[in-house]
Amino acid sequence: MSLLVSNVLFTCLVLLTAVPAVMVVITQHIVRAACWLLLSLAGAAGLFFFLGADFVGATQLLIYVGGTLVLVIFGVMLTATGPFVNLRASSGDWAMSVLVGFSLLAIVTFGIAQPTWFNPAMFEDSGPTRASTNRIGMAFLGFPEENPTPAHPAEKEDVLVDPPKHVGVGYLLPFEVISVHLVLVLVGAAYLARAKQRPKRETA
Amino acid sequence: MIDAIWVLIAAVLLATFVGVAAMVYIWMERKVSGRIQDRLGPTRVGGRFGWLQSLADGAKLIQKEDLVPDSADQILFRLAPYVVMLGSFVAFLALPFSNGWVAVNLNIAVFFMLAVMSVEVFGVIMAGYSSGSKWSLLGGMREAAQVVSYEIPMAICVVIPIMVAGTLNLNTIANQQAGMFWNWYLFQSPILFVTSFVYFTCATASCKRAPFDLAEAESELVAGFLTEYSGMRWSFFFLAEYASMFAVSGIFVILFLGGWNGPIPIWYGIDFGDVWIGKFFGLLNFLIKSSLMVFVMMWLRWTLPRLRIDQVMTTCLKYLLPMSCGLLLLQAIWQVIFPNGLVGWMGPEVFNPGGYPLDGGQP
Amino acid sequence: MLIPSLQIYLLVGAVLFTTGLLCMVTKRNAIGVLMGVELILTASNINFVAFSRYGKLGLDGQLVSLFVIVLAAGEAAIALAIAMNFYNNFETIDVDRASNLKG
Repeated sequence: MSLLVSNVLFTCLVLLTAVPAVMVVITQHIVRAACWLLLSLAGAAGLFFFLGADFVGATQLLIYVGGTLVLVIFGVMLTATGPFVNLRASSGDWAMSVLVGFSLLAIVTFGIAQPTWFNPAMFEDSGPTRASTNRIGMAFLGFPEENPTPAHPAEKEDVLVDPPKHVGVGYLLPFEVISVHLVLVLVGAAYLARAKQRPKRETA
Repeated sequence: MIDAIWVLIAAVLLATFVGVAAMVYIWMERKVSGRIQDRLGPTRVGGRFGWLQSLADGAKLIQKEDLVPDSADQILFRLAPYVVMLGSFVAFLALPFSNGWVAVNLNIAVFFMLAVMSVEVFGVIMAGYSSGSKWSLLGGMREAAQVVSYEIPMAICVVIPIMVAGTLNLNTIANQQAGMFWNWYLFQSPILFVTSFVYFTCATASCKRAPFDLAEAESELVAGFLTEYSGMRWSFFFLAEYASMFAVSGIFVILFLGGWNGPIPIWYGIDFGDVWIGKFFGLLNFLIKSSLMVFVMMWLRWTLPRLRIDQVMTTCLKYLLPMSCGLLLLQAIWQVIFPNGLVGWMGPEVFNPGGYPLDGGQP
Repeated sequence: MLIPSLQIYLLVGAVLFTTGLLCMVTKRNAIGVLMGVELILTASNINFVAFSRYGKLGLDGQLVSLFVIVLAAGEAAIALAIAMNFYNNFETIDVDRASNLKG
């Protein structure tokens, strides 16, 4: 794709991620906040695709947008007291949080702009390198690729010419830990959310 | 700049194709339902078979007044149809129609399609919530519960043929099934045969088609999340529904029914290679098979009664989910015992004399 | 017109992080707080993937962000269960009302 189109696309994606994120904070309406969050997370998925991380982008869409966000909306519906939930913060809180937010953003931006990172060549975009699922899987099992940016990424996509060196056990242990963790989360969530008697209201 | 123009042309072509396909399926649904109920269906518009019925419907719906209820949340109400449309139309970016005829040859095509189609749910929930009507809210909540639950067995069922194929690229998966029809993954193992049925059930539910159409249930919820919609917005929901029916059927055809490979390779020995005509016959094969699956969905809709919401959830969580997990485990064991499959002797190499790249030859 | 570079990605991450933090602070709705957490996690993911692309991390950044996404899903499930329980007990999800343990 030509450079101009890709830059326009990138600008759109950045705006699509950042502007709805600000709107999430500004809006007082909880379901609208969820919709802005949808846009922001979808924009982040687009950025992942742009970075060549297709798998992460698709996972972001499937789990965050299709799963977590739907769950959040479900929670809003189940706990809504009025037709459209509306909880306002006081204006004093607002002034305070805007102050804190802008100073934090200023500090972080300063931190980003300050260092000369590792080497200046890193800031040049060397064309899209698509990480195939094979490579992600191999890295997962502890076979990281020797050269993070191969010379001809398009040609060497799926072909593992010579088996790369085995370095440690990769991410198998974290994976195991997370699996156990998720099982516990499932059990815990089911325990917490199971149907219970509501506390009896005092009848006047 | 030339690239950009080509991208634009491809996008327009794809969107048009999906829109036209949806209209054809809407016409087909009317004919099928008519025949099943011993009626004729549309007969007048555009000649004997009512070919132009969908177009006439569209013209009528555009002219209708664009209503937004007073109690609705204006912005979300207007936004919801577009989210639904976006979800099911973007999925077609990664769906190959014939060998190499795909908008974006993604390495993770099938995963991408599932991910994008899961966004569609959000639009439906948005529609249900923002309508400001109790029927719509109930419809939206049912949709949320149902689709989030059915996504799990559906994804697990997709993983099973992928375990056999060893790739997520739909183009490669379809090319691996070239040859006689017993090379199709449907017939590769008894487990895959069962899996295809489980997948199809989940796919039907995820398109919220009857007998799982609890979100719109005309008889109890007065069309659910669609209650307050009219005119063009209403028709957007239906375009998206038929488009996603085609999408899940396309995934089914590629994963289990050999994609664009015919049941018997009649052009065996003739080296079509990259020639346009060979891919065109592949496209025809693919469209016929997908339309057949869409037809089965319609057939189910007009013959089976609607389930209750608790029955829908029971079917998913107590039967389909354990079944899909068990099938995944069984297929893993099967592959240890028969690493080359039972009938894998006539692999794609035999029918690929030119040695063309299996992934469609695109970067 | 923005040109893709590491700083832009980091800046997007910073914006998401700040908004997420503000969201957690200003929203009195328990579910609004949850949305803030999601924004912060997404911000960290963007940074991980950007460093995986531009830095010398290789694919490690992508793998870590996958783990983050999965854990975020689990976190959301638990948080919603807690919110549901909270609603059952207090009939509201205003986090300021959870003051039973205050002396």
